[in-house]
Amino acid sequence: MTTRTELPEDHEKPAAGRRSWLRDHSELGVCALLLALGVLVLTDALTMDVDITQRGPVGPKTVPVVVGIGLLVIAALLAVDVLRGGRGEAEGGEDVDLSEPADWRTVLLLSGIFLGAAALIEPAGFPVAGALLFWGAAFALGSRRVDHDPLIAAVLSLITYVVFDKLLGVPLPGGPLMGVL
Amino acid sequence: MNALNSLMDGFGTALTPLNLLWAALGVLLGTAIGVLPGIGPAMAVALLLPVTYGLDPVAAFIMFAGIYYGAMFGGSTTSILLNTPGESAAVVAAMEGNPMAKAGRGAQALAAAAIGHFAGGMIGTILLVALAPTVADLAVDIGAPDYFAIMVLAFIAVTSVLGSSRIRGLASLLIGLTIGLVGLDQMTGQQRLTFGSLQLADGVDVVIVAVGLFAIGEALWVAAHLRRGTAAPIPVGRPWLGRGDVRRTWKSWLRGPFIGFPFGAIPAGGAEIPTFLSYVTEKRLSKHKDEWGKGAIEGVAGPESAASASAAGTLVSMLTLGLPTTAVAAVMLAAFQQYGIQPGPLLFEREPELVWGLIASLFVGMVLLLALNLPLAPVWAKLLRIPRPYLYAGIMFFAAVGAYAVGGEVIDLVILLVIGLIGFGMRRYGLPVLPAVIGVILGPNAEQQLRRALQISDGSVTGLVNTPFSVTVYAVIVLLLAWPLVKRLVLRARTRTDASSRA
Repeated sequence: MTTRTELPEDHEKPAAGRRSWLRDHSELGVCALLLALGVLVLTDALTMDVDITQRGPVGPKTVPVVVGIGLLVIAALLAVDVLRGGRGEAEGGEDVDLSEPADWRTVLLLSGIFLGAAALIEPAGFPVAGALLFWGAAFALGSRRVDHDPLIAAVLSLITYVVFDKLLGVPLPGGPLMGVL
Repeated sequence: MNALNSLMDGFGTALTPLNLLWAALGVLLGTAIGVLPGIGPAMAVALLLPVTYGLDPVAAFIMFAGIYYGAMFGGSTTSILLNTPGESAAVVAAMEGNPMAKAGRGAQALAAAAIGHFAGGMIGTILLVALAPTVADLAVDIGAPDYFAIMVLAFIAVTSVLGSSRIRGLASLLIGLTIGLVGLDQMTGQQRLTFGSLQLADGVDVVIVAVGLFAIGEALWVAAHLRRGTAAPIPVGRPWLGRGDVRRTWKSWLRGPFIGFPFGAIPAGGAEIPTFLSYVTEKRLSKHKDEWGKGAIEGVAGPESAASASAAGTLVSMLTLGLPTTAVAAVMLAAFQQYGIQPGPLLFEREPELVWGLIASLFVGMVLLLALNLPLAPVWAKLLRIPRPYLYAGIMFFAAVGAYAVGGEVIDLVILLVIGLIGFGMRRYGLPVLPAVIGVILGPNAEQQLRRALQISDGSVTGLVNTPFSVTVYAVIVLLLAWPLVKRLVLRARTRTDASSRA
């Protein structure tokens, strides 16, 4: 999803015009994704093998077929809307500044940190993975207080672990560290 | 009378010391999370869902009720002191509340908002007690075609009443319906969109979808556009109201609920339209018209009361029909489903302790809210100073906790991130998030009702429209769909007559 506004690399001079056209119409990427999703849903529905299990006049195929066709139709309608100059309005918010271009590095960094923490949660335990997630995310978002941040992250993660695992009865993996303590 | 007796039993449940503790904890947590800038009620409720996983359903929903009202009140505090409403319903609170705070009347604005929430919540919940059992009784007889019609109405309403673009709303709904398809077909066990994966066969948990779209999507979206140098909140003391203020606002507090409640109960109502309507009404009725826009206290009191009452109205359709009309209600419905409880007309018969305990705890929560939040307001105001990196890192952290707590599976975290990225893209291209969440929650249910209805009618499409109720609902749907078309024709006719009269 993050790649949709990335534009094709250099294509000599006429590419400049094409590139700005593509940037203005990057929403067509949404249409392409909806189209792809529609094809996926339809393929999945039509390759279903249902003749034995089907009960009643409407089997498990019908609704996916309707949703798939709906996706195709809406992809086309959205494309028409975009080409006619319609634009989806980017969402504002308390901490959102839309005047600056999107900062893709932070988004990718955050996603990477999140996946890293997800990979660590079972081998290293929640307190460690959670602390790394918080510190890493805060770092990615611009906090550079190396003396404070790891400590805050560790305390937050440990308290969360204790509250959820011990007090609220929501199991979280303790990992080797909790085995030692 | 029956409802009153049940309510008394409900108070018996809600007022046990342990349940009181859960309610208080819910109010505190809800307010604390709701006050945080950038976190609206829906995200607050989604993030706090895992807190309730270890509790029994009654305690969990009592806590949930506290979280709900706390988060709504917290949101208005942010609007008043920071002038940056996190969600549409809080926009109105900022319009008069923030100028008041700037003029040094922040304490009065917060008090007007808090008492407004209290009054709106109280009146709204009383209306809920009066109406819900009746609606449930009426709804007991409705069958599969009626349910299907109601759900179609919810789909259409959520895509075409809210938001600026129907196409984008529909795209969002279809994305949600697609996510809802993943897993085993409920009636035949047929695998759909699972690609042979065992984990996907269970389907994508609604909680993960909600947390992913609301929390991770929002965190990533803000991360891409983080405002450098955020606005400083206005410091505030203990909220209080002078006699003159009370004289000006008491009518607004009482008027708000009657605007808010009905809009909360209908699909796609939410608090957006009633808060605005209440604002306009109060402005028209005000004796201090010169103050409007510069901090008129009625403009805080009325809309906040309407917002709170609309939350109670939301519960009517959520509890009696299983129909979520707002994002928060959608998350609450997901919470019910977590416990294997299906809200609907039978809920009042099958789970009286739960329902009436929940309703009673709404009253308890409101009293706690008023008792805790007035003295604690300066503390909440301090939360607005939280450094943004910590805030959004914290959102990602708790989103991860929530998703992992659902089933203790790492794959859920990956799905969460993918859905978060979808949420990011939706924010970038103006696709509203709510239709997707409604699609995921109601989609599978709507499919089941559709198939059940067609099974009864042996495949004939007339089986979908063979009750007066469903015909009425479809008529409403046609009206909703035709409305913009009619409006455009009227406008065109008008401009044409204008042009001809000029020529």
